[in-house]
Amino acid sequence: MKLLKLVPDNTNIRFLRWRVPFYAISLLLMAASITLVFTRGLNLGVDFIGGQMIRVTFEKSANAPVAELRETVGNLGYGEPTIQTFGKPNQVSIRLKLPEGSEKDPGLAEAMATKITQTIKATHADARIDGVDSVSGKVSGELFRTGMQALLAAMVAISIYIWVRFEWQFGVGALFSLLHDVTLTLGMFALTQMEFDLNIVAALLTLIGYSLNDTIVVYDRIRENMKKFRRMPIPELLDLSVNETLSRTLVTSLSMLITLLALLLFGPEVIFGFTAAITLGIFVGTYSSVYMAAPILIWLKVTPKSFIPVETEMDRQEKLAREQG
Amino acid sequence: MLDFPRWKQAWYWLLTLIAVVAAMPSLFALNNVRWPDVLPAPMVNLGLDLAGGSHILLEADTAQVARQRLETMEESVRARMRLADPVIRISDISTKDGRLSFLVEDPTKVDAAREQLLPLTSGAGLTGQRDWDIQVQDGTRFVLTPTQAGIDLAVTQAMETATEVVRKRIDALGTREPTIIRSGDQRIVVQVPGLKDPQALKSLLGQTAKLEFKLVDTTASPTDIAQGIAPPGSQIVPYADPGKSGVPAIAVKRLGGIKGDQLTNAQQSYQQQNNEPVVSITFDSQGGAKFAKLTSENVNRPFAIILDGKVLSAPNINEPILGGNAQISGGFTVESANQLAIALRSGALPVDLKVVEERSVGPDLGADSIRKGMIAMLVGTIALMTFIIITYGRFGIYACIALVINVLMILGVMAIINTTLTLPGIAGFVLTIGAAVDANVLINERIREERARGRRVVQALEMGYKEASRAIFDANITNVIAATLMFVFGSGPIRGFAVVLMIGIVTSVFTAVTLTRMWVANWVRKARPAELEI
Repeated sequence: MKLLKLVPDNTNIRFLRWRVPFYAISLLLMAASITLVFTRGLNLGVDFIGGQMIRVTFEKSANAPVAELRETVGNLGYGEPTIQTFGKPNQVSIRLKLPEGSEKDPGLAEAMATKITQTIKATHADARIDGVDSVSGKVSGELFRTGMQALLAAMVAISIYIWVRFEWQFGVGALFSLLHDVTLTLGMFALTQMEFDLNIVAALLTLIGYSLNDTIVVYDRIRENMKKFRRMPIPELLDLSVNETLSRTLVTSLSMLITLLALLLFGPEVIFGFTAAITLGIFVGTYSSVYMAAPILIWLKVTPKSFIPVETEMDRQEKLAREQG
Repeated sequence: MLDFPRWKQAWYWLLTLIAVVAAMPSLFALNNVRWPDVLPAPMVNLGLDLAGGSHILLEADTAQVARQRLETMEESVRARMRLADPVIRISDISTKDGRLSFLVEDPTKVDAAREQLLPLTSGAGLTGQRDWDIQVQDGTRFVLTPTQAGIDLAVTQAMETATEVVRKRIDALGTREPTIIRSGDQRIVVQVPGLKDPQALKSLLGQTAKLEFKLVDTTASPTDIAQGIAPPGSQIVPYADPGKSGVPAIAVKRLGGIKGDQLTNAQQSYQQQNNEPVVSITFDSQGGAKFAKLTSENVNRPFAIILDGKVLSAPNINEPILGGNAQISGGFTVESANQLAIALRSGALPVDLKVVEERSVGPDLGADSIRKGMIAMLVGTIALMTFIIITYGRFGIYACIALVINVLMILGVMAIINTTLTLPGIAGFVLTIGAAVDANVLINERIREERARGRRVVQALEMGYKEASRAIFDANITNVIAATLMFVFGSGPIRGFAVVLMIGIVTSVFTAVTLTRMWVANWVRKARPAELEI
């Protein structure tokens, strides 16, 4: 049986020849993402902004009475609800954010949720409440803080690990490519205004882990080649390492995409955003381990010497003393 | 490479077998197949988002604890000074700014007053710290300031009692396996799986159920009450249902009432005259005696039944109530009377609790999530396996068998340590499948490379496993870091995801590296291949 080869043997694509334009584009995209996040803002979900999301199925209707719901819920005086169908046409999610300046009333979110569910049950006999998420202003603030702390802590901890296992240049490179991945994903969320909630933070943490998988595989090969080819110029050596690991990079990314696609197409709607974020992250992460993590080593002046034990001042003096002594 | 002693192989198989067998009951349950009852069944718990149920975070108003403490202190001080021999007269009592201050009218009795205060203010804790600081200003004015240690202790005690009360109330609802945990200084987490109506639970938990009986101050004029002006020593309390009572509020005497916390029973029943739902309460002997005293001394005067700061009703005391039984009426429905009875039986909450976070998932949505998650997993696995087998041939088949064992092992380990599977956890499974295969991809690519460089078969296999292991190890450590942080910072469902990732990292190294190596070694030893199709 002829086996499938995604990448022919001994490719020699000079990836790093285009490092400057690619870096320029990536930095531009990062800047654009940051601008988007600050100007357009993330569409923060109830987890982070407070309020409630209620999921309702109208068991005896073919379609959910969206317009009617918008009016009845809107008339309760808490503001305009966001109503979307999810899954089947008779299932809707109703989101309502906390009104401005309601941080002082911890029970408000709950009172709103109760009122809305009661109203819907009273006006629609076939309404089945499938889920209620209600988060008060105080709790949502805490969730946002801990979520961000987790992200930052993960990036720093992982970079420190890489620094310890490799060299400081590699740690910086890993950190930078992680920043790149997270920024671009956040930018995508700001652009599409997809809801950003706790699940998305978990997705970001996951993609940090997997993006780093790729980076480590490339870095590991760079380290190995540096020991092997002491005199090879760094850009050439990096190209060689990326080429050697190219087949693996593609097969693994494709494996991940296959499983993620299954989740996106057949999986539960409740975690669609979560899966979408990771899928996006696989693309960004694969690109960044080739074009962000590797070239930065050139600019940070990594040399094969980094992996040869360095003679310190103390060693030299000791040696001198021994020779004299 | 080829050296795999029998005992080692036996160990690996045994380990695999244990985990796979342990996974079976959970696998059956997830697919709605009954597991025979006679067999032992370690089982993963299903998270609330899969099984359906409610997660409720309650927050206590801790400032209220301090306020109540001040009130109690005022009453105790008054009582002690009155009962002192000789009586110490005090006046100008105020509870402003969280402090209690009063004047001792006779300057010669200041020392005696201090003597009386000492037992009230010394700490109950073991540290010997005082609960209140006593200061004397201008010779005769006492100021009692609560110490932080005292307040903290009171809050802790209140939270302990509150947790206990919450537990009793949930048990009274007859739900199965609720989880009730204190969280931080002022919160309680309540998790109730498989709950049909979270609304009833929430209103039950939100009810403080502080019952008071206070005498109505009949001297207050309706116009004063309407303006919120109470006669000295009285306070204005609003009606729970102003429409029914006809007036919005009444004035009641602040002191001298009794609390409804000394009950032995509370039951929903009906009033005989008009069949209205009421709550019948039975005082314990001490409470009954107090109640008898209050009603005997105030025959033909009205007294107010106050629940959580609102007047339910203010009936006239027609005759002394001596038996310790009473009925509370106040426009109840059967449900609300029943709920109040449960709340009173379980005792009042020492502090108001508010629901600050709720996550409820109906059982239908949960079941739907499980079904779709299983389908996605099945489709994803089959598609992935096809891809891996057409890419790596025999080695792909090994990787795929390892994959199936890996999934079962994760489930088995989860069942053995009895952890919880959540919806993001199912996604974690699917992702772990994708990631576990990465180890095999790394190994197989390396073997291809080594062969391409002209190494002999056995050597290439050896190098493949050896050289790839380093990157596999480093990559897994970083994933462990990410998963650990997710577990530390994340909430319920996300923690479930982190758990799957962490277990998956360990099991995938075992299945994807160790087991496949064993199979490859066995195959090479038997077949002695001269060429590798990889």
